[in-house]
Amino acid sequence: MSEKITIDEVRQVAKLSRLKLSEDELQQLSKQMGSILEYVAILDELNTDDVEPMAQAVEVRNAFRADELAESLPREDALANAPASDGRYFLVPDILKKG
Amino acid sequence: MTVSQLLQQMESGATTSEQLVKNCLNRIAAEDETIHAFLYIDSDGALDAARSVDAKRANGRPTGLLAGLPVAVKDNICTRGLPTTCASRMLEPFVPPYDAHIVQQLRAADAVVIGKTNLDEFAMGSSTENSAFGATRNPADTDRSPGGSSGGSAAAVAAGFAPLSIGSDTGGSIRQPAAFCGVVGMKPTYGRVSRYGLVAFASSLDQIGPLANDVDGAARLLQVLAGYDKRDSTSINREVPNFVEGLQVPIEGLRIGIASEHLVEGLSEPIRHRFESTLDELRAAGATVVDVSLPHTKYCVATYYLIAPSEASSNLARYDGVHYGRRTENFDDLIDLYAASRAEGLGPEVKRRIMLGTYALSEGYSDKFYQRALKVRRLIRDDYDTAFANVDVIASPVTPTTAFRIGELVEDPLAMYLNDIYTISANLAGLPAISIPAGTDEAGLPIGFQLTAPAFEEFRLLKAAAMVERQQEVRS
Repeated sequence: MSEKITIDEVRQVAKLSRLKLSEDELQQLSKQMGSILEYVAILDELNTDDVEPMAQAVEVRNAFRADELAESLPREDALANAPASDGRYFLVPDILKKG
Repeated sequence: MTVSQLLQQMESGATTSEQLVKNCLNRIAAEDETIHAFLYIDSDGALDAARSVDAKRANGRPTGLLAGLPVAVKDNICTRGLPTTCASRMLEPFVPPYDAHIVQQLRAADAVVIGKTNLDEFAMGSSTENSAFGATRNPADTDRSPGGSSGGSAAAVAAGFAPLSIGSDTGGSIRQPAAFCGVVGMKPTYGRVSRYGLVAFASSLDQIGPLANDVDGAARLLQVLAGYDKRDSTSINREVPNFVEGLQVPIEGLRIGIASEHLVEGLSEPIRHRFESTLDELRAAGATVVDVSLPHTKYCVATYYLIAPSEASSNLARYDGVHYGRRTENFDDLIDLYAASRAEGLGPEVKRRIMLGTYALSEGYSDKFYQRALKVRRLIRDDYDTAFANVDVIASPVTPTTAFRIGELVEDPLAMYLNDIYTISANLAGLPAISIPAGTDEAGLPIGFQLTAPAFEEFRLLKAAAMVERQQEVRS
């Protein structure tokens, strides 16, 4: 099988995807993504130069609605699923180094 | 018993919703340890809801279209106060603070939500083996897969755990499990049913739809699900016809298209045989069968497996361990918190699709992969537009084979993807499509028959499906 995607490329994609993967996972993904990419190359058979890309099946443009005040989720409910919260905010680790 | 018989029995007082719910709960208690259709069973909530519908009926107050009927809901659809996990460790602790639009619709129609059904993690898969909480088994043969991703919803109806269930269909996830389990499953037109509260997988393809024991049941459930909702900006503001009245009136001179591109190698013999004999039965009932051409059929799977993962990689970026869901306990800094939480919370198929999608969208590759797939998507849709100029519906198999064994395809993602070869094009083109039971193979495994209609022609689709169903009844 041809080398469709190298381990280093897979490592870079994992970084972009924010996935912390083990060496084993990277190895396996390189193989599996390789065979899937090889399969999807079938699309290269088609000449699509003059075809407009179709992002949505039912093409709706700019669904506007009135900007009206409505009830929003109570803070308590919004925070109920937070992995860490102080009752007012979502808590995250320090972003800037101290000192 | 069918949905319409159950409704009649409740109306006449021969049974109550409470009794129906208890029957379902008893079956679940007896058999779901083996089948594993459910991830969560809301016994108390269902019994309370049933009693209040019974009281409403007893007092002669008006009741909704599905009054007292138990409905099982796929666990990627938000239910207020009930866990919604998407069969993922990532959302294991998640309890939504709101109901999805369709859950509000179900409650307004006096349906009883009985529990949440198993699925492939985040609806990514065709076997329900990708559930982080264990596979679902096919009630027709428990060594086999019920299909997926709505495997729990199809198995629940097939096993008699609930007369109706809700699935979601991104590439065949309602129709393929319906075919494997021997029930009716329908994907409505893109935009017909609001996805507000459906956990997003591939937003340009995802659609919610009904599963039931018969076409009438699916039509009644669709009646409740369908309709405009401003909270889903892709929902279409268009009148919803009555799908139930006149459903059994045959379409005179029905023109059924078949595409030679569908009858290629890889299609197993029992399915080809049942497909052809079902067409014969429809001819005998007055339909004409016309050849159509869908020349881009062989590009569907490749197109889908670029578009769906691309959209998934973007949609699933929200699982970062900050606002809800799982957060790792071991991390160095904020970026590491994201990456480690995602690595711990997401399973192999979900990671694979996020990786593929990120790659297909990354700089230098986007034109080659994602943009090209969007162009081929238009060619596929154009094929359907051309074909529907001459026919009312298009018939095809649902799956190349009957239900495969659990474990048979897990090591080979591409072989698993090729299972969706007949179902994917309806999602790419946004069209309504339905799987109807059409007999079994020699081992007794169910075979499905698929019909596809032009956009928003769900009533035509259901009427044609009812014709297929009647021929099945005549035959058996």
